[in-house]
Amino acid sequence: MATEHEFDVVIVGAGGAGMRAALESSQRAKTAVITKLYPTRSHTGAAQGGMAAALSNVEDDNAEWHTFDTIKGGDYLVDQDAAEILCNEAIDAVLDLEKMGLPFNRTPEGKVDQRRFGGHTRNHGEAAVRRACYAADRTGHMILQTLYQQCIKQEVEFFNEFYALDLILDGDPQAAGEDGEVSVSGVVAYSLASGEIHTFRAKSVIFATGGAGKVFKTTSNAHTLTGDGMGIALRAGIPLEDMEFFQFHPTGLAGLGILLSEAARGEGGILRNSEGERFMERYAPTIKDLAPRDMVARAMANEVREGRGCGPNKDYVLLDLTHLEPAHIDAKLPDITEFARTYLGVEPYTEPVPVFPTAHYAMGGIPTTVQGEVLRDNTHVVKGLYAAGECACVSVHGANRLGTNSLLDINVFGRRAGIAAAEYANATDAIPTLPADASAGLEQTVASLRATVRGDGTERVAQLRRELQETMDMNVQVFRTAESLAEAHAVVKDLQERYKNIAIHDRGTRFNTDLLEAIELGFLLELSEVVVAGAEARKESRGGHYREDFPTRDDENFMQHTMAYKRADGTVELDWKPVVVTRYQPMERKY
Amino acid sequence: MTATAEAPAKAGAVPSMTVTLKILRFDPDGLDGREPGSEYWEEFTVEAHATDRVLDALHKIKWDIDGTLAFRRSCAHGVCGSDAMRINARNRLACKTLLKDLNPARPITVEPIKGLPVEKDLIVDMEPFFASYREIMPFLMTSGPTPERERLQSPEDRAKFDDTTKCILCAACTTSCPVFWTDGQYFGPQAIVGAHRFIFDSRDEGEWDRLEILNDKAGVWKCRTAFNCTEACPRGIEVTKAISEVKRALTTGTV
Repeated sequence: MATEHEFDVVIVGAGGAGMRAALESSQRAKTAVITKLYPTRSHTGAAQGGMAAALSNVEDDNAEWHTFDTIKGGDYLVDQDAAEILCNEAIDAVLDLEKMGLPFNRTPEGKVDQRRFGGHTRNHGEAAVRRACYAADRTGHMILQTLYQQCIKQEVEFFNEFYALDLILDGDPQAAGEDGEVSVSGVVAYSLASGEIHTFRAKSVIFATGGAGKVFKTTSNAHTLTGDGMGIALRAGIPLEDMEFFQFHPTGLAGLGILLSEAARGEGGILRNSEGERFMERYAPTIKDLAPRDMVARAMANEVREGRGCGPNKDYVLLDLTHLEPAHIDAKLPDITEFARTYLGVEPYTEPVPVFPTAHYAMGGIPTTVQGEVLRDNTHVVKGLYAAGECACVSVHGANRLGTNSLLDINVFGRRAGIAAAEYANATDAIPTLPADASAGLEQTVASLRATVRGDGTERVAQLRRELQETMDMNVQVFRTAESLAEAHAVVKDLQERYKNIAIHDRGTRFNTDLLEAIELGFLLELSEVVVAGAEARKESRGGHYREDFPTRDDENFMQHTMAYKRADGTVELDWKPVVVTRYQPMERKY
Repeated sequence: MTATAEAPAKAGAVPSMTVTLKILRFDPDGLDGREPGSEYWEEFTVEAHATDRVLDALHKIKWDIDGTLAFRRSCAHGVCGSDAMRINARNRLACKTLLKDLNPARPITVEPIKGLPVEKDLIVDMEPFFASYREIMPFLMTSGPTPERERLQSPEDRAKFDDTTKCILCAACTTSCPVFWTDGQYFGPQAIVGAHRFIFDSRDEGEWDRLEILNDKAGVWKCRTAFNCTEACPRGIEVTKAISEVKRALTTGTV
């Protein structure tokens, strides 16, 4: 029997978005945070370079310039009303964190210091601007720690190492139609420590479950970023928006994918090819190495493809910091230079660092309004259900996210979702009851996976995951074609079939991570299909999605969001949603 | 048992090697005829690359040989603090320890960190550790009205507590401390590091509340400066120095 809990608000995920939401929600309503990791393990802590806000602490800047940069950086797939909110509320979001105690780097006058970052410019593209507020190259770490510390202060109730694996709604969101109504009832979770199933009844549920980078092999993402929240929503009949847009961060450590912050280029680092050429001068003459990530990643992949890669296999380029003062490197980039030393044995003071693009960030996700309410189609919300952070798509990042806008996103929209969820809960009379069989689906999943131990299954989870990640890296990365996507699609469908025949090893109840990896692979396989299907249908190139067979942006046909639905028969169906345009008409994207 | 580098490696290829891991296991469920709560050593031999980390070798075992092996991990590059374990009798992060930096000629021993209750294999109950952290009130305490803009802080004042802001709560320091192993009351070095980060923050006004807690019998005076913590810290924090700064503040009455 499942243990039942009841709360006004349940937040799933304890990274930046989840904890920022919890700080608001727990002041207003009885709140629980369910998290599959201890909060301080969340991948917000791996974010490095900074958080954008037009504070104007070191040079003239304003929120309108930031808004423009965000929209242009997102290749005009950004919902402009959401971008305006993001950039207008950025200043308070940074100041709020400072007041919570976040130890930002400081200017000589003692203000929050700011530095340059890709795609952030003065006056609509004139030159790079210092907009990123930062704490060395561990800004995400400081945000995660500060939010956790505030949660301790506010005595937020955490359920650590609880895997939320099912979402309970009171109806089918795909059958509700124009006049119908669907509300959230709660979530079902698996306790890693005990193997027991817990149900959480709640008036409001916020998903803040992070990304899905593990669909790729080479990624900056944690092993735990398996898109659980997106997958749960998809299975519950909720669409996913713009999933074909995945960001490949230019500077992953070659062969490993470990992130080296864009701050390295913000502080003066230069990308060079095998001829020693600063090749970004050819691709983005004005802001060069500080062009948006999609452009830099493509340029790097192109240099390698044209034979100007470095190393014995000519398969990477070099990030050159050797002209920077070692003291400057130590003060501003201590962690990432240590990564180069630890993992590649390269001394960044004197040697350039081998780098290549690494899968980094899902621009798409669970569609939401600017209050964080989850949409079940283009216009209707699921009442009481919210999403924020990387698992959500509001959409402030459009087709390509600017660096430092994700730490901003989690703070602005995490806060908004926390307030909205608590206010909705307080306006709702009773905590919904769960159907008697609410936990039956998860109980069945767990029991059938346990039954595979020493059963007839012949497939191993790790092997299927490897094959998935390899085809995604090979066929759905920086360059895509109809053929490469068809190949990936076929492999994913085949892997989904083979997944039915898996066998796990561990039938234990306590800390059965073997069982959970199998469940996580299920999400990865479903999400990969959505990514590939969206990429096949989008016959244009925009932001992070580049089709070699359709190399230009096609605003007439494709300046709209992809909405992917999983139908009852298991097929993925695509629809479109208009982009919200307020004042910025699409123009050619030059830097 | 022995490791041999495959020679000659082709240009650009990372040399591979055979490594044996000797892992201290703990079975809470009592499967395969074991008593619940059985502890036993088990050896696994895997092929690895010289650039692989201990975490990669553990994954090879879990993914290809024995899925029941349990350990925590997340970011895999030393920033999330999930995978602190005792590797060749020293506390380290599995994801930051390269196989080539260990002596591959002998089995690499891997055990859970010491002093916290073992739950399964390399997983320990972290709750007592986090409880100590919560005790020292690890959050900014201020009085007076909240300013409209940011609180000012000079770069020099910011630098005073920079080192202790690096902490990732992995518990490598606390669980390397001989006092912590034997004294059930001691907060452990991490809690002192966590307190240091606020005590020496010029914006904070709660330093004496925290110092009073650390002056307690379970506090800072239990430290015998064994330096294990400083050696164990995967973030390079000078833990013993931070502890001595806290002791000095208590002795002199000034921060």
